[in-house]
Amino acid sequence: MNGSVSGGASSSRERVLARVRRALADVPRDERPRDVGVERGYLRVHGDRTAEQTVDLLAENLADYRALVHRVDAAGLPRLLKRLLAAHGSRSVLVPPGLPSEWLAAADPAVVPDREADTAYELDTVDSVVTGCAVAIAETGTIVLDGGPDQGRRRITLVPDHHICVVRVPDQVVRSVPQALERLDPGRPQTWISGPSATSDIELNRVEGVHGPRTLEVILVGGGSERQAPSVR
Amino acid sequence: MSGTSDTYLGMPAFPAAARDAVRNETLRENLRHATHTIRDKRAKAVAELDDWALLRAAGRDVKERTLRHLDHYLLQLEESVTAAGGTVHWAADAGEANRIVTALVKQTGQSEVVKVKSMATQEIGLNEALEAEGIRAYETDLAELIVQLGDDRPSHILVPAIHRNRGEIRDIFAQRMGSWGRPALAGLSDDPAELAEAARVHLREKFLRAKVGISGANFMVAETGTLVVVESEGNGRMCLTLPETLISVVGIEKVVPTWQDLEVFLQTLPRSSTAERMNPYTSMWTGTTDSDGPRTFHLVLLDNGRTDTLADEVGRQALRCIRCSACLNVCPVYERAGGHAYGSVYPGPIGAILSPQLRGTGSDVDASLPYASSLCGACYDVCPVAIDIPEVLVHLRERVVEGGEVTRNGERVTIKPAKGHTAERAAMRAARWVLDHPGALRAGQRLASRTRRLHPKRLPGPGRAWTDTRALPEVPAESFRDWWQRTRGGAR
Ligand code: SF4
Repeated sequence: MNGSVSGGASSSRERVLARVRRALADVPRDERPRDVGVERGYLRVHGDRTAEQTVDLLAENLADYRALVHRVDAAGLPRLLKRLLAAHGSRSVLVPPGLPSEWLAAADPAVVPDREADTAYELDTVDSVVTGCAVAIAETGTIVLDGGPDQGRRRITLVPDHHICVVRVPDQVVRSVPQALERLDPGRPQTWISGPSATSDIELNRVEGVHGPRTLEVILVGGGSERQAPSVR
Repeated sequence: MSGTSDTYLGMPAFPAAARDAVRNETLRENLRHATHTIRDKRAKAVAELDDWALLRAAGRDVKERTLRHLDHYLLQLEESVTAAGGTVHWAADAGEANRIVTALVKQTGQSEVVKVKSMATQEIGLNEALEAEGIRAYETDLAELIVQLGDDRPSHILVPAIHRNRGEIRDIFAQRMGSWGRPALAGLSDDPAELAEAARVHLREKFLRAKVGISGANFMVAETGTLVVVESEGNGRMCLTLPETLISVVGIEKVVPTWQDLEVFLQTLPRSSTAERMNPYTSMWTGTTDSDGPRTFHLVLLDNGRTDTLADEVGRQALRCIRCSACLNVCPVYERAGGHAYGSVYPGPIGAILSPQLRGTGSDVDASLPYASSLCGACYDVCPVAIDIPEVLVHLRERVVEGGEVTRNGERVTIKPAKGHTAERAAMRAARWVLDHPGALRAGQRLASRTRRLHPKRLPGPGRAWTDTRALPEVPAESFRDWWQRTRGGAR
């Protein structure tokens, strides 16, 4: 086949578009995209749940995909973070620029601020990362990061092996994927996380943490006092 | 297809390739286990959503709207990606796409790239094209790594190395990792966790130093210019966020009109594919963002036979495919024949309708693919965008045996009937292969009732000699299996 070596890039553009238009000769010329109906009878949410039940479902679905789930009230958060970082044996913890400083006030590991100049190699030497989130989806057990000040760049939740994500309940929890998309800004880079990294490529055995953090801990911060979520493994 | 993708040219027709697969007991057992496991889990995941049928209809409609106005949405996409700081390139065929990507990599001065699994780049043979220009492409998906190190080809869309056992994987890693980068530690066992760890260590070294990443995309949103990659392992996130330059090669059919449309596919894709409520990682990016992710983003929009497929009013629906692989896992023919027999990066039922359309029916393997099916209809039932695969198969069979007007490389041409041609023999053999495998045929009568309005009085092509002397049996209004599914009590 002859490509566009002589024609240049713009001619390929015209060629492909012309082919598309010729291929669609059967589409009436006056038909507008909106004239092709899309039946959106599907549900905005599945099931009928109170805000509290929605948070419970989030906890359940997160745990089902092997995230470690914790629940705590705002006052207990620093102590819980201290405990989780110690339990993981972390000596350093990476923080995005806008993470509330009181969260890690009690923690022992050295706090490493994320700096643009840091290379991926430098991130690789850090033990843990703590972030907030943009929104969490109960029906699917998903936390969404959108690069907000308490979440930072996409890479900081990727390279370290241990990620602790703090979700404010019930404000940051939505029930469904459609509700999450409504809240999110497509202009911001997003990472949707459902459980830790996993593969089933070897004889369909599930193995956690091929490349992303091998341990994902999610802290649901709400009104109640500190307790483990019921379905934690 | 241009020269770089000739990995698959000269492939034997489907039946010959399938025969070898059927003889390979390990392969068959692996496939049987995999397809049954995933299929059962999928059914459960789907049953969780009581609006599944409506989501499926919406997915079909959204894709249909896009395809009928593809020029409009491609232009809108180009505008929004450009406004967000990306650069859009158009490639009419594989050779052109490869030249564009090669030139872009060379501009960076780099001689290696990291890749996240992408069927579009496999389709165009990008790795080989880069290699020929002295650029090494590292596959970073665990299964693709196994395939690449083993000098092998993928056999399934979702689990490309499913034809390999853990023992084989261990051997491949132990023997081959060293020549591609960091070697596996001595004494590597065949424990899946240990094998995954070996891949993690081997690949991390590459991710951390990579300057150029290459990806495909599951979706592109026209109104916002957002690209979406759905994955599990995190190698996608590595390739999409660590390098300075990101090049995404994406088929033109992957565009969806609006941000809201993602709500349909982000619900149907993971459940159809890995049977999960949601896959572990989804990345979305819109052009470039200061200090977060690549500073340079290139989008290469790939035609390579897609507009030819679009020109076929029946076959067009194949472009709705979101590559979930659900149709592979329910297909009795795929289960026995394996992915390699389809002679393309697209195996299984979707491969049987997509490859002959993207490439034309000129070769033995492409002419035989429309026959590599029992027409049982299970693929249609599970398809989250409701592609009527049996309908397209019957349509393509007709094209092989009767010839007629088709679009090739953008031009209307008339192809001759395959009569007396090797293609007909290939097709005949494929049909016979299916007939010889009762399991593959078992659910065959379902097609008859589903496609009553399409059901011919006489079978076209290879079946004609047979029906010339016999009346085709009357089609029951409803097959037993349909009746059973309908009356069992609404599983979904
Ligand atoms: S044809 Fe349908 S079921 Fe098969 S891979 Fe494509 S979307 Fe999935």
